[in-house]
Amino acid sequence: MNSKAANNVATGVIYLLVTAVVGILIFLLGYILITGVPHVSIHFITSAAESFRAGGGIRDQLFNSLYLLVLTLIISFPIALGSGIYLSEYAPHNWFTGLIRTAIEVLSSLPSVVVGLFGYLLFVIKFNLGFSILAGAIALTFFNLPLLTRSIEESLEDVPNLQREAGLSLGLSRWKTITGIVFPAALPGILTGIILSAGRVFGEAAALIYTAGQSAPTVSYTNWNPFSAASFLNPMRPAETLAVHIWKVNTEGVTPDALQISSGASAVLIVVILLFNLAARFLGNWAFKKMTAAK
Amino acid sequence: MEGIKSETEDKLKMDGIKKELRNPSKATHQDYFGKAISYICITLVGCLVLSILYFITTRGVATFTENHVNLWAFLSGTNWNPGMLDSHGQPEVGALPMIVTSFCVTVLAALVATPFALGVALFMTEISPQKGTRFLQPVIELLVGIPSVVYGFIGLSVIVPLIRHAFGGTGFGILAGTIVLFVMVLPTITSLSIDSIRSVPMYYRSASLALGATRWQTIHKVVLRAATPGILTAIIFGMARAFGEALAVQMVIGNATLMPHGLLTPSSTLTSQLTTGIGNTTMGTLPNNALWSLALILLLMSLVFNVLVRFIGKRGSMKNEFKSCK
Amino acid sequence: MGVLLAGCGSNSASSSKKSSSSSNVKITAVGSTALQPLVEQAASDYQKDNSKVNISVQGGGSGTGLSQVQEGAVTIGNSDIFAEQQSGIKANKLVDHKVAVVGMTPVVNKGVGVKNLTMAQLKGIFTGKYKNWKQVGGKDLKINVVNRVSGSGTRATFEGAVLEGAKAIKTQEQDSNGTVQKIVSTTPGTISYLAFSYVNSKIEAPSVNNVKPTDQNVENNKWKIWSYEHMYTKGQPNAATKKFLNYMNSSKVQDSLVQKLGYISIHDMKVQKNASGAVTTK
Repeated sequence: MNSKAANNVATGVIYLLVTAVVGILIFLLGYILITGVPHVSIHFITSAAESFRAGGGIRDQLFNSLYLLVLTLIISFPIALGSGIYLSEYAPHNWFTGLIRTAIEVLSSLPSVVVGLFGYLLFVIKFNLGFSILAGAIALTFFNLPLLTRSIEESLEDVPNLQREAGLSLGLSRWKTITGIVFPAALPGILTGIILSAGRVFGEAAALIYTAGQSAPTVSYTNWNPFSAASFLNPMRPAETLAVHIWKVNTEGVTPDALQISSGASAVLIVVILLFNLAARFLGNWAFKKMTAAK
Repeated sequence: MEGIKSETEDKLKMDGIKKELRNPSKATHQDYFGKAISYICITLVGCLVLSILYFITTRGVATFTENHVNLWAFLSGTNWNPGMLDSHGQPEVGALPMIVTSFCVTVLAALVATPFALGVALFMTEISPQKGTRFLQPVIELLVGIPSVVYGFIGLSVIVPLIRHAFGGTGFGILAGTIVLFVMVLPTITSLSIDSIRSVPMYYRSASLALGATRWQTIHKVVLRAATPGILTAIIFGMARAFGEALAVQMVIGNATLMPHGLLTPSSTLTSQLTTGIGNTTMGTLPNNALWSLALILLLMSLVFNVLVRFIGKRGSMKNEFKSCK
Repeated sequence: MGVLLAGCGSNSASSSKKSSSSSNVKITAVGSTALQPLVEQAASDYQKDNSKVNISVQGGGSGTGLSQVQEGAVTIGNSDIFAEQQSGIKANKLVDHKVAVVGMTPVVNKGVGVKNLTMAQLKGIFTGKYKNWKQVGGKDLKINVVNRVSGSGTRATFEGAVLEGAKAIKTQEQDSNGTVQKIVSTTPGTISYLAFSYVNSKIEAPSVNNVKPTDQNVENNKWKIWSYEHMYTKGQPNAATKKFLNYMNSSKVQDSLVQKLGYISIHDMKVQKNASGAVTTK
């Protein structure tokens, strides 16, 4: 076989693999959407869940998922950014850096239930946070950090050294070079990392059962005082997220329409993630154009 | 007099310059500040990792120190029933079936997923970046967000019956677990592989193509070689996800603490045993401690994998440099 | 770590005692996932009339509920089993409040061809004596046993009533009613057991010794496989908790909510069971 033929065969194989993956994706998404979308209605999205009657909705769970995501990102993004900057810009190439990297990667392989119980014993009980969105957000930070740190580090490293040298030769401090030149250039990559980790936050259930809890008390959406117990903004209230709700309905749900609720909620989850992806991508492009000279 | 005056003036001037040179400038302060922030962050991450490692280790070791279970019996025994005593009056805590199953499922899922992930990654980076980025990337990111429990239920209602019809048996087992995990780790391995392939400098490709190499030769001999460490890391992250995944696997693997006799018999992974058992045991008792020991094994296994693959990655990249020098 | 946790546990217990005298009271109930919907719904109804009480109901499993209430970390520990049955729990420190009765029944996949099983046959199936449905009067089909997770309340109840101390065969284990329901309905030849409320038209619940699994048969103990749902407190509950537990036991909850969620009211029971399984008439 000459190299031309090998090239054609290999290209064919790659196309075949891609087709297979696309097929799997279409099947999965199709399955979720086709089984779920017929059960989604305005009523479903805007009403509270029922514990045993049919006709319950997912309003609170949907909001909780979004709120938890925002809180988790507020906590984990700065830490991940700092660590990513350290690993890509400052870290010396020695065994210690290797150790830190290994430790971070091991962290990402912990089963969620272990992180959940750890969060429960430490944050919920010991730090007296109770079952709360805050405790859930801290537990999710454990999942988020490895992936986020890693992708931030990679995106920063992808920025050509030429750019750093240019910044330094203009007399900028190293820190200014990082924040003013390297970071904006790496922004699209960083955003992809955030989206990926956001997906994980949306889909996580096991770790939240023990931290954010699995009940959604009625909250008032007109109470904007985050310190009031009834407010929807209160980070100290227990909050069941959409993924936890899907899990609960599937495993112990006694409502007659448990199956419909679970497939409807899954479909809503997918659509929300899709919207989130699009929004983040749009924002990333906009910020990239705004912060750099790229047209 | 004048000479002295100008001398003192000069001295004052020199002092000013000296001061300016000796004392850190505003930029230096900024630099210190930035450096401090990034050091604080990494320390914080380190503390988080350490605290959770300490937590799992102390609890996991209790089985052996407090309940005096023989470590070897724990690792090589095949009977798992921590609430019961066997004929010798020893608790039945043999974790081998779970260790073997976890290992099989993880490695198989990664093995199956890697070619697909690489295919997609190469398509998106080398063959058709524009189409790939526009259509494939959002969908892959979407897949990460599907909750494990949804994967589990699709596995239970589609994959398990399919296997049952095709191969007989109940359909529950390592094969079903592998298929579900394969889909779950695909996005992780793909997106990290894409990153590492993208970071291969463009001039590598240009040089190879200029030498008359075909696209496949360039991909195979240059791009993939240069990206090997990154791809290996992608596989570790994928395996890590497979290792730690519980809810989905638990639904399709059958969850029976038996030694797997093939890909089709029900068996149980470390995580599925951990997840199902942890809520039903009391803290501080042997059944609970034994579950934490499973978590510890999980941790150590992923540590070993990590170190191993890191080592391979290092060797691989060094060889590349050597080759590219030649 | 354990010492620290225990220490902080007693702290939060004393703080909850203190807060009971002030205006806002916080009650946390953790444990059994099976009991959670009932307590959650009752709590939200209760809070409508008692706005100063804040009740948070969470799952986590019976074992978690019992060990956390023992440590004093939560106010109420929900459990499917007696504290005496759980190893590592000092039952004499805990006060039991039975809030409902749950009946459990063996369930089989449609198409095994069995409408009735004797207790001995049931035991034979779960100990591995019978491997084919033919042996117990059904079709020529391999028996696929799906057990529940060891340590779970459902399994303890079932084994207590059916196996009489014999050891169950090693087989598939699942921990949630929903998953078991789904597996039994889709896998040919499968047998498992579920709480009454999870039996639907897609699966079959055979009679045992010609007794049908109904609420009435549980109430007079003709149907043997049933258990209580417990809400444990550490020592006697404080005033606010006691008031809520009384509400759980009131006819308002027992006569409507309990039955709507598929449980059997405590008030309807003609017999009672103690921790060792002995049944006496009330």
